[in-house]
Amino acid sequence: MLKYIFKRILMLIPVLIGVSIIVFLIMRVFSPDPAPIVLGQHATQEAVEVWRQANGLNDPIYLQYFHYITGALTGDLGISYYTKMPVTKEIFARFPATIELALVAIMLASFFGILIGVISAVKKNSIFDNAGMFIALIGVSMPIFWLGILLIIFFSGTLHWLPSSGRIDPLLQPLDITGFYLIDSLVTNNMDGFKDAFRHLVLPASALAMYSMAIIARMTRSSMLETLQQDFIRTARAKGISEGRVIIRHALRNGLIPIVTVIGLQLGSLLGGAVLTETVFSWPGIGAYTVACILKSDFPVVQGVVLLIASIFVLVNLIVDVFYAFLDPRIKYSKKEV
Amino acid sequence: MLLEVKNLRTEFKLKRGTVRAVDDVSFTIDKGEILAIVGESGSGKSVTSLSLMGLIQKPGGVAGGEILFKSQDLTKLSQKELQQIRGNKISMIFQEPMTSLNPVWRIKDQIMENIMTHMKISKKEALARTVEMLDTVGIPSPAERANDYPHQMSGGMRQRVMTAMALSCEPDLLIADEPTTALDVTIQAQILELLYQMREKFNMAVLLITHDLGVVYEAADRVIVMYCGKIVEEADVKTLFEHPQHPYTVGLLQSIPQIDNESDEHLYMIKGMVPNPLHMPPGCSFSDRCDRCMERCTKEMPELQEINGHKVRCFLYDKAEEGELSAK
Amino acid sequence: MAKDNSANSAENLMQAAEYVEKPESQLKEMWETLRQNKAAVVGLVIIALLALIAVTVWISELIGIQILPYDPNYSDMTKSFIWPNAEHWFGTDQLGRDVFSRIIDGTKISLFVGVTAVAISLSIGVLLGSIAGYRGGKTDAFIMRTMDVMLAIPSILLAIAFMAALGKGLDKAVIAIGLVSIPEYARIVRGSILSVKENDYVQAARVIGNGDSRIIFKHILPNIISLIVVRATLGISSAVLDTAALGFLGLGVQPPFAEWGDMLGRARGFIFTAPYTLIFPGIAITITVLAFNLFGDGLRDALDPKSRIK
Repeated sequence: MLKYIFKRILMLIPVLIGVSIIVFLIMRVFSPDPAPIVLGQHATQEAVEVWRQANGLNDPIYLQYFHYITGALTGDLGISYYTKMPVTKEIFARFPATIELALVAIMLASFFGILIGVISAVKKNSIFDNAGMFIALIGVSMPIFWLGILLIIFFSGTLHWLPSSGRIDPLLQPLDITGFYLIDSLVTNNMDGFKDAFRHLVLPASALAMYSMAIIARMTRSSMLETLQQDFIRTARAKGISEGRVIIRHALRNGLIPIVTVIGLQLGSLLGGAVLTETVFSWPGIGAYTVACILKSDFPVVQGVVLLIASIFVLVNLIVDVFYAFLDPRIKYSKKEV
Repeated sequence: MLLEVKNLRTEFKLKRGTVRAVDDVSFTIDKGEILAIVGESGSGKSVTSLSLMGLIQKPGGVAGGEILFKSQDLTKLSQKELQQIRGNKISMIFQEPMTSLNPVWRIKDQIMENIMTHMKISKKEALARTVEMLDTVGIPSPAERANDYPHQMSGGMRQRVMTAMALSCEPDLLIADEPTTALDVTIQAQILELLYQMREKFNMAVLLITHDLGVVYEAADRVIVMYCGKIVEEADVKTLFEHPQHPYTVGLLQSIPQIDNESDEHLYMIKGMVPNPLHMPPGCSFSDRCDRCMERCTKEMPELQEINGHKVRCFLYDKAEEGELSAK
Repeated sequence: MAKDNSANSAENLMQAAEYVEKPESQLKEMWETLRQNKAAVVGLVIIALLALIAVTVWISELIGIQILPYDPNYSDMTKSFIWPNAEHWFGTDQLGRDVFSRIIDGTKISLFVGVTAVAISLSIGVLLGSIAGYRGGKTDAFIMRTMDVMLAIPSILLAIAFMAALGKGLDKAVIAIGLVSIPEYARIVRGSILSVKENDYVQAARVIGNGDSRIIFKHILPNIISLIVVRATLGISSAVLDTAALGFLGLGVQPPFAEWGDMLGRARGFIFTAPYTLIFPGIAITITVLAFNLFGDGLRDALDPKSRIK
């Protein structure tokens, strides 16, 4: 098992190098020269030259990449063109906000997705099934930024129940320990802060969760329908255990593998979706910031963010694969399978 | 009388019509008796057994009749009440030992679940009982094997585990649905032997569902032959094998390959196929495949009639015409 | 071996019953299944309607007849933020443009981008997937690793990065959205080719001396076309969503063209003063995406023999 995990981690390296190459190609080779954007249209030729030299843009492209990748290996992702701060600092100042949002969203999506999927499968073709699958269908068809807008119009505008933007009331901001406000406010016993952070999270997390919830619900339904047909479900029923136990402990437990796969994949798409959700809810995370950086050609930041998100994505998928072995004792990662 | 089934009807409501998978079936099982139900695929024998367990899934369901188990009508019980009987007083083992066990649970957890559902005992005691049961059904080093997952065991071993699970609460009735079909011949004999021993040990009745007349001959006390949801013949094993009455039973018996058959004769085969359940022939459902079909057979369904404990559903033995069943 | 028992035998019974009176040809059978699927039919009807609207608007623009109630790009600041009424069904936006006319006009852009983007990813994806699956070895490894890398980056982020490199605009949005979905098609095609490749009829074609491209196009692709059609139908719905997302971020179609996502993005500041300007374009996007999803799901079910025997 450990050997398998180690092997898989080694295999991630080429993927991440690939990601860095692709981003590098897009941002530095095919994109227009950043100098006039960063320095403004009226910058003198001299100033541009000095700036390009300072940022290593006059080196041959392969050398630029070499500098970049060697830097990245030592944890140096370069310096923002605008703030002149290290990219790592820029990213980590905003990253916890995004992760907190994405984690809450994936929990919401998994819980409700599995719930809807299980009910739909068990009550196949009933009104519950039809309603559940209709919600799921709307969920995959609705742009998440529009859902966010609707939630704001209704819950912030009409009902005035929940805030429409930001992460927390600045006066209640907790000490920065983990960067997750929900946790930081709890451990510092700042209950008002916790409540406020929670209220701020509800709308963006729901908007972000909807699409994934729909996908998870559909997957759960089809996986459960298949599992419920299996012989061992009949055996379980023949034991005289309650139907609820048959469904949860036997059917869902067995149908979980494809569901877990989808949840893993959805975490990646959530990080992408965060770009839109954060824009709608003015959430101070990495997503909205990245869009801004792409638009003003702050390449080092963009490269750093994409590399980081891709790393998380591939790591999550690795964790999902490892998790399989715990879900299904038949899976063994020792021999030829890699 | 342990079990008395009266006029059982089980139907599946499909888009294209209603299929009556079990049609007016009545039989009894005594304490300690082994009753076999034989028939081809689609004869309704498995649906009969699942009806007894209350395990018919939608769109199917028991549409009529009574299932009296110790004088209690199971068809009138709620699912909750049935759950207390299932796996406890009546238990069941299935055809596919490879897929009938939950692949992600350890053997012991699956058996313990059965025990702890029905007995008020501690986890520790349940585990001890599990190991004891595994030992009883002949699994070597049961304490260690209890920790195995199903995929670590052979088919024969898994069927032993299924048997251990089914017997763990000492049921009064064990329903064995094709328990040997998926197994190698040598393993088949072992499992049958096991069932026999267990019947002796626990003094329980066994309802053996099979399509294999060899198995019936080996194990059963009494036999019911089913065709298209109906009982066509019922007799004790000896009588049935020596004096089969219904042309279908005769056909079934003739189609068993016999080693001592020296002649070059081709193996007998019943012509045609089991009719589509939605398009039954009018009259006797076997009429379109029967060698001895008479005109009357294509018009009306014969009744099941009993003469000297031997029941048969065929106009060839109609009392009104023949006077006596042994006329032939 | 007679696989007859209990739950299965009930199933067998049902299958046997379902098999009766089945149409012979597979395509006809598929069509029959699709027709019985009400949701898929609804999807198809909506798609047809949207296509009709798009084509009508486009042609009327070409020949200079105005069939929309108002010129979608005509701005009259004196008429900004009129709530929906009999004259302006969906109200007017911040520049006094008629929202209804803009939404109808936007149909053609969304459909155009959706279909064209899928055409791009489809053709490149099928090509790369075929080469990878058919050639195998290093070519396969190189192509598929590249695809893996692209899949490791969230597609919306990748599309935004492409937009940054290409610049804003409709044509660039099409390319960016087309590029990011290439891996999905490449994967499907490669996987199917690997499984079809070893089939006897493909081996036979090779033995009688058919060239590689001939084998791919004559023998292999027809066999996986159904998978691709399903993927492409669902692909259009995600392309429409991506177009709207880029438009919303201000990276897609540039003014004055009416595009649903762009409309949402620009009206965002007026969320509490003129919510209707944000509701209707979203409904348009949702209906369009929904239609392609319904139809795509129906197609998939019709093609999947497992789901056919329900």
